[in-house]
Amino acid sequence: MKWELEKAKEWKYYEHPLGGTIPVSGTAKTYRTGGWRTFRPVRDAEKCTDCLICFIYCPDSAVKVENSKILEVDLTHCKGCGICAYECPKEAIKMVKEEEVG
Amino acid sequence: MAKTSALTGNTACAYAMRQINPDVVAAYPITPQTSIMEEFSAYVAQGVVDTELVRVESEHSSMSACIGASAAGARVLTATSSQGLALMFEMLYIASSLRLPIVMVNVNRALSAPINIHCDHSDSYGARDSGWIQIYSENAQEAYDNLIQAVRLAEDPKVLLPVMVCLDGFIISHGIDRVELLEDRTVREFVGEYKPAYSLLNVDSPITMGAFALPDFYYEFKRMQAEVMKRVEKVADEVAQEYAKFSRRNYSSVGEYRLHDAEVAIVAMGSVCGTARVVVDEMRKEGKKVGLLKVRLYRPFPSQVIREKLSPLKVVGILDRGDTFSNLGGPLFLDVKSSLFELPKPPLLSNFIYGLGGREVSLKDIRSVYEKLFEYLGKGEVKESPIYLGAKE
Repeated sequence: MKWELEKAKEWKYYEHPLGGTIPVSGTAKTYRTGGWRTFRPVRDAEKCTDCLICFIYCPDSAVKVENSKILEVDLTHCKGCGICAYECPKEAIKMVKEEEVG
Repeated sequence: MAKTSALTGNTACAYAMRQINPDVVAAYPITPQTSIMEEFSAYVAQGVVDTELVRVESEHSSMSACIGASAAGARVLTATSSQGLALMFEMLYIASSLRLPIVMVNVNRALSAPINIHCDHSDSYGARDSGWIQIYSENAQEAYDNLIQAVRLAEDPKVLLPVMVCLDGFIISHGIDRVELLEDRTVREFVGEYKPAYSLLNVDSPITMGAFALPDFYYEFKRMQAEVMKRVEKVADEVAQEYAKFSRRNYSSVGEYRLHDAEVAIVAMGSVCGTARVVVDEMRKEGKKVGLLKVRLYRPFPSQVIREKLSPLKVVGILDRGDTFSNLGGPLFLDVKSSLFELPKPPLLSNFIYGLGGREVSLKDIRSVYEKLFEYLGKGEVKESPIYLGAKE
């Protein structure tokens, strides 16, 4: 039986792989940790120098980069931990309460 | 040819470990386990084993390293005692939940406080619900045989669980005993090559072990663990039968001595069974119908066999080298009591706590237990339970 998160949720105990092993890789992608977020990182594009420190530090690989430029934050996975804002040398990222985001 | 030697239990265990030739051993020294690892380290230094020996900074780390190595697909052995086992507590559950067939020798020693280095079973009793298989040894020969069998039991595809082989600190670990040793080739053939179901190092087939499981998943994994335990006793007996073919030594989950026509019997684990056998022989000569039931496989608990064997008896005394401090009696007593509860006319049961912190248990002490059981038989009731045998009171 191929392991898929939504299907495995319905499996009987004896249908699971031994010891709860997940026999596929990259499953963190399907886990929507964005739902945990209280504060959202909001980037000031004028201050940002695309140094990519936030990209390196982000524990959820939620900073999307293309051609060495920051595109956006993947809000499906960003937990709002604020490490990017803390590490940003230009103070270009502010953590804003979700309900206050315009 | 198998050879016979005079060895301590620990030397016999180190010898078995050399013959098993595990891929990884991660251990931390603690009395009375230390000499196992000392001797095994010498084998590593001499290059007679292929083992990667990891010297860690604590038992929490040793079990963690064992878990990592086992998850990578290695055959892993370790050894500990007492506080060391207690320090592993968190990791014990992880090893069994991840279904990693780690084999560990636990040289039984009392838990602090007060600090003590001598034998009782409170250390491994404390881990009885951790999902590990537990096997108790009566003497050095059994420790050697149990350790070799434990590898096969742990790695059996129907089982895949960690196994703890227990032997009594100092009494077995440091006492010199007659041990029949198998040939290296025989042991290697018997344990075979370990083929793990999964390996974290297999980059062609990446996996995740120990992933977060919320209420929608967690329960099924525990249910799976409960289910596998039902298969263990049968596999343990099969492994023992195969081992008996070349060793000519017979093992089963439960052993018995002159029990078939006994009126009263003792149930016990570990080295005290040897003491009880002598008393049984003495009292049988006096015409008293006494017997012994030895529990070798303690986890999972072979309750059905125990129920069958004890049901014809009138009075049974259960010996515990550890207490639960619950006003209910010792762990073995509680397990036997639960197993017999459904009998229409169960024997009278009485608990004897003994030998805590290495307190000597003499033939006279064991005789006093049988005499007490006969007293209960005469009166038709148990006056006092548990009795703290040999305590100054």
